Amino acid sequence: MANTLIEAKNLKQYFNTPRGKLHAVDDVSFSIEKGTTMGVVGESGCGKSTLGRTMIHLLESTGGQILFDGEDITKVNKKQLIKLREEMQIIFQDPFSSLNPRMTVSETVTEPLLLSKRFSKKEAEERADEIMNTVGLSARLWNSYPHELDGGRRQRIGVARAIALNPSFVVCDEPVSALDVSIQAQILNLMQDLQEEKDLTYMFITHDLSVVRHISQNICVMYLGQMVETSPSKELFRQPLHPYTKALLSAIPSTDVRHKKERILLKGELVSPVDPKPGCRFAARCNYACDRCHEPQKLEKVSPGHFVSCCRVNEIN
Amino acid sequence: MSEGKMKTGDLLLSVRDLKVVYTSAGATVEAVNGVSLDIKRGESLGLVGETGAGKTTIAKAIIGVLPDPPAKILNGEIILQDSDLLKLPEKEMRKVRGKKISMIFQDPMTALNPLLTVGDQIAEVVSLHESVSKKEAMNKAMEMLEMVGIPADRYAEFPHQFSGGMKQRVVIAIALACNPELLLADEPTTALDVTIQAQVMEMISVLQKKLNTSMLLITHDLGVVAESCDNVAVIYAGEIVEYASKEDLFLDPAHPYTLGLFGSLPSLTGDVDRLTPIPGLPPDPENLPDGCSFHPRCRYAAEECKHGSVPFKEVSPDHFVHCHMCHCEKEV
Repeated sequence: MANTLIEAKNLKQYFNTPRGKLHAVDDVSFSIEKGTTMGVVGESGCGKSTLGRTMIHLLESTGGQILFDGEDITKVNKKQLIKLREEMQIIFQDPFSSLNPRMTVSETVTEPLLLSKRFSKKEAEERADEIMNTVGLSARLWNSYPHELDGGRRQRIGVARAIALNPSFVVCDEPVSALDVSIQAQILNLMQDLQEEKDLTYMFITHDLSVVRHISQNICVMYLGQMVETSPSKELFRQPLHPYTKALLSAIPSTDVRHKKERILLKGELVSPVDPKPGCRFAARCNYACDRCHEPQKLEKVSPGHFVSCCRVNEIN
Repeated sequence: MSEGKMKTGDLLLSVRDLKVVYTSAGATVEAVNGVSLDIKRGESLGLVGETGAGKTTIAKAIIGVLPDPPAKILNGEIILQDSDLLKLPEKEMRKVRGKKISMIFQDPMTALNPLLTVGDQIAEVVSLHESVSKKEAMNKAMEMLEMVGIPADRYAEFPHQFSGGMKQRVVIAIALACNPELLLADEPTTALDVTIQAQVMEMISVLQKKLNTSMLLITHDLGVVAESCDNVAVIYAGEIVEYASKEDLFLDPAHPYTLGLFGSLPSLTGDVDRLTPIPGLPPDPENLPDGCSFHPRCRYAAEECKHGSVPFKEVSPDHFVHCHMCHCEKEV
C-alpha cells in the first residue's frame, strides 16, 4: 500500500515461563495506513496489549518483522531507539498508575521535551503550555499533582505526554476503559480531533466493541495470540466471518429493547497459550471445528481489506 | 397509577427517603440524598449511574454493611416485608443477610476466601442459615455448583484454580444457596470479558426466574440493563433522576442526564462523526450545587433549576422524572 506507515510481518512475541513458552503474539501480520486508526480487539489474554508494546519496542520481539515508514525497525540499537521514540508513543489504560505521582502536570508534559535535548527549559515550558491547551487541560493545573485530579483529566495528561514530541504513531492501550461513559466520550472526541489536526496514526487497543467501531477505520480481532480476522470496521460488524468474531459480536449486550438478541453462547474454556498445539486455538470452543482446524491456519483474503484465518470460512458463510 | 408498563406484583422491598453521608477529617460527602425506590417480587430493577453516583452505597445500606464510621445513615426506611431493616439489631440483621437478601460484588477475584474450597464456601452459608447436617449442607453446595454450570466434582478446588468467570459463578452460587428473596448485584460482570459476561448474565436471568428472586442490578452499562432488567432507576449525585420501565427509558428517555448518557454512547449500528458527551464533570459530593444537582451541566437549565427543591413529575404512567424542565402530565 502506498501510504502505509507501519507494518507487522509474522510478528511473534513469546515469553519464557516456568511452565513453558508462552505464545503471547503468534505470527501476526497487518499494515496501518498513515492518518488512520486500526482497532485491535479481543478478550483478556488475547495478546493485544503485548502486540501494542512490541510494535513500539517496549518489548523486544521474538520473531518476525516490524517496518516503519518502509524501514525495518525490528532490531534497533539504543541510539536508533531514542530517535524512534519521538515518532512512536503510547497512551496507557490506567490514568492512575501510568503517571508519576510525584511529578506535576507540567513536569510530566515537559519531560519528553527536555529528554529530546531539542528544547531549552523555557521553550519546553512554552510548548507544554500549548499542548495542555490543545488537550483541554486548564493552565491553572500547571502545578497540580495527579492525585488531585479525576480520571478524565489524568488521561488528558497521558495524551498530552504522548503527543508532546509530535509523534506520527500512537499506540492507545485501552485509553478510555477506566473512564466513565460521559468522560470517555470527551476523550474519544479529543483523540479524533488530534488525529485530524496532526495526521496521527493510531493503533487502538480495546475490548469495547462499540468504542472501536466508532473510532477505527479497520479492525483486527485477536484470540489467544492469533489474529483471526481483519476488516474495515463497518464491514466487520455487518458481516463478521470468523466464528469467534461472530460469537464476540453476538455477546455484546444490546440497548435495543424491542428485539431479543440472538446469542451465540460459547462452550468450554480457553486453551492454554503455553506451548500450544499447532492450528487454530479457537477450535476447542468452535461449533464448526473439524480435522483441518488442527493444521496451521492461513490468513486468506475474502474481499478488499477483509482477511480471515479459518479453513471453513467459505462453508460457514 | 397502574396503567403503566411497570411490572405489577407484591411489593418486596421499599426504600423511603434514604440519606447517607460519609464524614472524615471534617469533610462531609453527601453520598445518597433522599432516594426512594420499590422492588416487587420477581422484579429486576436496574440502578444505573456513573462512578460516585451512590449506587453501591444504596446497596450496602440495604444489606446493612455500611461501615459506621465513616458512613452515617441520616434518614430513611428500608422496609422488607413490614420490617424496617434500619431499625433491626445486628443479631437480627445477620439472619437477613445471605438468607433473605444476598449480595454479589463487582470483583470476583477478591470476593472469595482463598483459603477455603469453593464447595465449603457455599456450604458455609447454608449451614449458617438452615438447620441442616454438615452432609446436607455439602449436598446443597454440590447442587448449587451444578446449577451455576460448574461440575460438582470441583467442590474441593480452591478459587485460584478457577478463571474470573467461574469465580463469579461460585459467588453467585453462594448468594443464591439459601434462596434469598432479593439479590443485590453490584456490577457483577464489569470485570469479566464480554463473552463470559453474556454467559453469566444469562445464568443469573435463568436462576432468577426459576427461584422467583427479585434483583437490584447495579451497573453503568446500559446494554446490560436493557437485556436483564424490567425497570430502571437512573441515579446522579445521590438522587434518582429518572425512574421508568425499561421500554420507557430506552424509547422515551426524559431527563437531560439520561439523554446525555445515551448521547455519550458510541453506537454499534448508527453512525455519528462525533459523540455528544455531557459537558463538564460530575459534581463534588462534598459541595453539591444548589437546586438541581445536574443544572451546571444541563443545556436546558433555567433560573428555577438553580435553587430550591426539584419536583418529581410523572411524564407518562409509571414514568417519573426529577426535573423542572421536563414536560409532564402531572406533578407527583
